[in-house]
Amino acid sequence: MDTTFYLIQLLNGIQYGFLLFLVAAGLTLVFGIMGIINLAHGSFYMIGAYLAFWLTQVTGNFLIAIVLATPITVGIGYLVERITFSHLYLRGHLHQVLLTYALILIFDELQLILWGNDFHGINIPEFLSGSIQLTAVQVYPTYRLFISFICIVLAIMMYVMIQKTKLGMIIRAGASNREMVQILGIDIQRLFAIIFSLGVALAAFAGMLAAPITSVYPGMGENILIISFVVVVIGGVGSIKGAFVGAMLVGLVDIYGKTLFPELASVLVYGLMVLILLWRPQGLFGTAS
Amino acid sequence: MVIINRKSFFFSIIFLLLILFPWIIEDSFYLEQLTRILILGIFAMSLDFLVGYTGIVSLGHAAFYGVGAYTLAYSFQSTDATNFWYALPLSLTASALIATIIGWLSIRTSGIYLLMITLAFGQMFYFFYLESSYFNGSDGIFLLNKPEILFGSYNLFDLENEVNLYFFVLGWFIIVFLLLKTILKTPFGQVIQGICVNESRVRALGYPTPRYKLISFVIAGTLAGLAGFLEATHTGFVTPSYSHWHQSGILLVILMLGGVRTLYGPVLGAATIVLLEDLLPEITDHWKLLLGILIILIVLFLPNGTTDLFSRILFRGPIQKANKDHE
Repeated sequence: MDTTFYLIQLLNGIQYGFLLFLVAAGLTLVFGIMGIINLAHGSFYMIGAYLAFWLTQVTGNFLIAIVLATPITVGIGYLVERITFSHLYLRGHLHQVLLTYALILIFDELQLILWGNDFHGINIPEFLSGSIQLTAVQVYPTYRLFISFICIVLAIMMYVMIQKTKLGMIIRAGASNREMVQILGIDIQRLFAIIFSLGVALAAFAGMLAAPITSVYPGMGENILIISFVVVVIGGVGSIKGAFVGAMLVGLVDIYGKTLFPELASVLVYGLMVLILLWRPQGLFGTAS
Repeated sequence: MVIINRKSFFFSIIFLLLILFPWIIEDSFYLEQLTRILILGIFAMSLDFLVGYTGIVSLGHAAFYGVGAYTLAYSFQSTDATNFWYALPLSLTASALIATIIGWLSIRTSGIYLLMITLAFGQMFYFFYLESSYFNGSDGIFLLNKPEILFGSYNLFDLENEVNLYFFVLGWFIIVFLLLKTILKTPFGQVIQGICVNESRVRALGYPTPRYKLISFVIAGTLAGLAGFLEATHTGFVTPSYSHWHQSGILLVILMLGGVRTLYGPVLGAATIVLLEDLLPEITDHWKLLLGILIILIVLFLPNGTTDLFSRILFRGPIQKANKDHE
């Protein structure tokens, strides 16, 4: 257990944190702007992973599969929003919980029908499957670095989109005052559909990236869903910055917890949440509700 | 002249049928199913008290269900057959204690936050049971015998007998139903129902609303613990899945199916779910798909739950106003 070991865990924690960030960013946007609690968000992560698995089999290349799968997930997000969520904006949280819970049941069953109950591995392209030499004995897989790199690029793109573009401006305005945005003549229905599809695509993309590491299996969306909830609670609902900080904290606590206190690893993350809530009930970057 | 209104007449018939059930249908399978429905009914009523009457939508109610069950399992480890008079208070105290802590942390927030926090706490307990070395992980704990209800050294009521167990559960069911009805009529009950409608106004009237919400949370949590205790007694088996968030999720579905803010509605919801879980697998292997579609249709087209539909037919006209949206 030397410094290199902790360094490797640090890299793993950051990489896990980045994946969590992709999932939690969509979740927090949908919460913050649409006021919708979406339990089915983890299912989109699972759908992404299964699409990547299936398209890799069809095309024979993981990267092509990702490129093909991403637009499909945007389409799925758009359809789900139009068919179900668009009727829910004026309803209470209870109805949203039920509807999204039902979506989980449906997506889980569809996954069973289409792909069965087995675990599936995904092969990654040659140039990503190697390892980087850290010290004489320690190596680090290239693919994990690749994930972190892609996520950094995505995070920067999201930052630019939200801070610098017109759509981003509308999104920020929508998060702080939905009615006012509507009064100003912005088609809020369209905005919701865009945000929802975007959130779905981000979660699915995270699933695709994670698939070669975690392999693809039934129920993979649920673990990530609950952890993403913790991330959003820690960071504060509606705050992308909060989602980022929360994801990194949770990622590091989880990875270090698993190696240092294996028996309590899962509980530690929730312990972190409790501590932060005692200090700031609205989350690190949340505004008081 | 005594006027028996349709509703109380209807309820009396139901209670009579429940009491006579073991003699009407002498099939242990159905008796077992009905026992399950009643336990699930207690669990669902406790959540209805919280969601429907206090306006706190919790997604971690299964945490207390698990605490009640695991405390019973734990009290078995020292003796052969645990003493009921000692096991039940222990289970209830443990659930109440945990509910106080979780409640205190959760009710500082509201809305979406509260949902997520309760969900996370529920999962924390699930993982605790799963990973801690005390509780035998995902295999769970078998309870070799049922708790003994001793009076002196005489076994008052042998729970190994399934008819006895049924009456035991039915007794608790009636106690919980009447208890919640009574609480709702007291000044305390009126205040929490006021909080459900408009918390700021109740606060403006000078009531310390957080304290009322916390007490309501603890009552609901303790009764959920009771349901967990009964379920563990009934099945003789405790696993981490007692506290899994799917348990909380399906409980909200039950509430919705039956109609929130009615107390008896959730019991009908519990019956519907138990029956659906029996019937749907006979139609198709992928019955969860059907269940999911059914829930979506109900949410979209019957926002007040199915009880609303039934009560309109049975009692002619809506007995409840459209449910207020819980913010």
